[in-house]
Amino acid sequence: MALNTSAAPHLRTKDSTRKVMIDVLIALMPAVIVSSVVYGLKALIVMLSCMVGAELFELFIMKVLRNKKNFRPDFSAAVTGLLLGMNVSIAVQWWQILIGVIFAIGVGKHVFGGLGQNMFNPALVGRVFMIISFPTAMTTWLKPGVTDLVTTATPLAIAKESYGTAVNFSQLMANNNINYMDLFLGKISGSMGEISAAALLIGFIYLVVRGRIKINIPVFYVGTVVIFSSIMYFINNSYGTPLFHVLTGGLIIGALFMATDMVTSPMTFKGQMIYGIGLGVITMVIRYIGSYPEGVSFAILIMNAFVPLIDIWAKPKIYGTVKKEAKI
Amino acid sequence: MAFLSFKGGVHPPERKNFSEKESIKQLPLPEKVYMYLSNHIGAPAKLIVEPGQKVKTGQKIAEANGFISANLHSPVTGQVTEVVKMLNAASGKNDDVVIITREADDDWELVKHNSDYTEFKPEEISEIIKEAGIVGLGGAMFPAHVKLSIPKDKKAEVLVINAAECEPYLTIDHRMMLEKTDEILKGIEIIKYALGIKNAKVGIENNKPDAIKLMKEKASKYPQTEILELKTKYPQGAEKQLITAVTGKEVPSGKLPIDIGAVVFNVSTVYAVYDAVINGKPLVERGITITGEAVKNPGNFWYRIGTTVDDLLRLSGVKTENPEKVLYGGPMMGIPLPKTELPTFKGNNGLTFFSSESNKDRETMPCIRCSYCVMSCPIHLQPYLLKRFVDQRNYDEAVNNGILDCIECGSCSYGCPSNIDLAKTFKTGKKVIRAMKQRRV
Repeated sequence: MALNTSAAPHLRTKDSTRKVMIDVLIALMPAVIVSSVVYGLKALIVMLSCMVGAELFELFIMKVLRNKKNFRPDFSAAVTGLLLGMNVSIAVQWWQILIGVIFAIGVGKHVFGGLGQNMFNPALVGRVFMIISFPTAMTTWLKPGVTDLVTTATPLAIAKESYGTAVNFSQLMANNNINYMDLFLGKISGSMGEISAAALLIGFIYLVVRGRIKINIPVFYVGTVVIFSSIMYFINNSYGTPLFHVLTGGLIIGALFMATDMVTSPMTFKGQMIYGIGLGVITMVIRYIGSYPEGVSFAILIMNAFVPLIDIWAKPKIYGTVKKEAKI
Repeated sequence: MAFLSFKGGVHPPERKNFSEKESIKQLPLPEKVYMYLSNHIGAPAKLIVEPGQKVKTGQKIAEANGFISANLHSPVTGQVTEVVKMLNAASGKNDDVVIITREADDDWELVKHNSDYTEFKPEEISEIIKEAGIVGLGGAMFPAHVKLSIPKDKKAEVLVINAAECEPYLTIDHRMMLEKTDEILKGIEIIKYALGIKNAKVGIENNKPDAIKLMKEKASKYPQTEILELKTKYPQGAEKQLITAVTGKEVPSGKLPIDIGAVVFNVSTVYAVYDAVINGKPLVERGITITGEAVKNPGNFWYRIGTTVDDLLRLSGVKTENPEKVLYGGPMMGIPLPKTELPTFKGNNGLTFFSSESNKDRETMPCIRCSYCVMSCPIHLQPYLLKRFVDQRNYDEAVNNGILDCIECGSCSYGCPSNIDLAKTFKTGKKVIRAMKQRRV
């Protein structure tokens, strides 16, 4: 009888890339549910069709265009699709989202060679493509919890108007009916999936428990945002409180689910630290002086571009060696 | 309480419960033994007997050929039948094997020994260990006398005893500590005496509380032998990781433990030293764990080296059920056997039988840069990157990024969710790099 002589180790983890992706999808569900409650059934349909659509489009690319007959769905495209769906306003038309999904999977991912090869977070590539292509729809926000669709500005856009002025920030929040509890629970206007920090945190905790996330990245990212915005708040309180900046503008979904995208983030502790700090700084610079009120998407895409360099620079010290200078 | 440990590593399922309660059973003598002349690391031993010649148990049949080499002794009393080429699963090559057919019960030919080892000079102990053909029994099979001959410019400071047994499934070192406690502790004294040092540190993983307790109790007689509890984590028993766990020092890259004053012996090797110096027995027998999902009645056994796997099963009465994969050693670093007619080595501390269910082939997917391999590498390499360099045949960059420091523990492959064969790639990559270096010289 012939015995199997495949290579050691003969014991392997029961984990698989597919299970990792499914866990990320599960972790996003609380936010999807909150969003469906706040924005209604349409939001649920849009987000789920993005998820399914992205997976189907990837299947088409793999089976037909790349002729990989053995390809079995790994649900990584579903994660990209769902994240993109969660990161657009409900005011966007279905065909606009479809183009975004196709761009995200086709250009954001498969142009680079598919799973694991892309340099930039594909969901954000899709989102930024949409911001450029459909600027009006992408920046039209609807008031949550109202059946007739009333457009409104996001809290961050409201705050941006008065950065650096003599306006008292707490007065501004009160005047515009913004309170921290609403920001935390998700009763605010914004992209479908970003509005509830609480729901996103539940999903994040699930990923941490399952050991599926590069936890250092959100810690350093959010930490940098808190420090940066605290300094600015002390200089002039119209720049907004640190808590306000953490809870708005998609920072939570960005820090927890987009910046931690495994493929496009650094591999070592030191690298993840640099990456997280860089994200925090760029986000806040865009928020304070850029032309967009948010800054998370651009910050992540910019830092994505630095990941190969960070990986070279932040090599771990090999056991039994003295640290050598990194060569690029 | 914080246990001693190292940075990195993985937690594979232990599955030691299969055999950890089974005491070591003495097996009947085999009818035939097959001794590889390459039963150790280094140059193969030089044959000194001829086919047809009668040999006693413990009689030298092959001689160390050079400094890093070891003597070989007959495990039975009988006749040398022939010398043939047989597959060596460890190297994949065909190696010389001496076949000895047993004709009678044991008639021992012993090496020089004395129940009071202090009657010998330290150099004489080293000589006895060399004569008895003792090699590292943890699996590496490095000749023990080489470790005892300290280069002039270096100094031994501490003897580290490897009793971690971090390999899942295997329990023989655990049983040895429970059943041969006094012998092992005395063996440690003998090795310390040979090295001319005072301190020994015994590292045991904390999944063996009974062994830790017993060893601590009995070691109270030897105040300079410390029994240390290590965190249960793979590869806690890898030489460098163990040294770091118990001494806090790192072995410099490309150097040996002695460069930082450490000498490492496995517990089973310590017992072999005791048996040689006190009882005069050359290394012809040792303990082994036979275990795995495909084994109905796993256990620990005392057997003669050179017995084939098939004969071991027959003699021990261990029943297997459709094994799909059979390993020399445990599941993390074990060597798969293409067939069970192959003989055992001095370094065989275990045989693991997997059924097809426990060893399903998984789909390999692209790397998603999850960083598990980077976080788990006990040498702090970047396996994902090394794999890319080896695949591109960019061996210079692979060397620059430390591929030669890889200890092939398999932690990276174990945790990879995409099931990428990282460790296997490094094993072949290192072979290619070494071959290229030799050609350049």
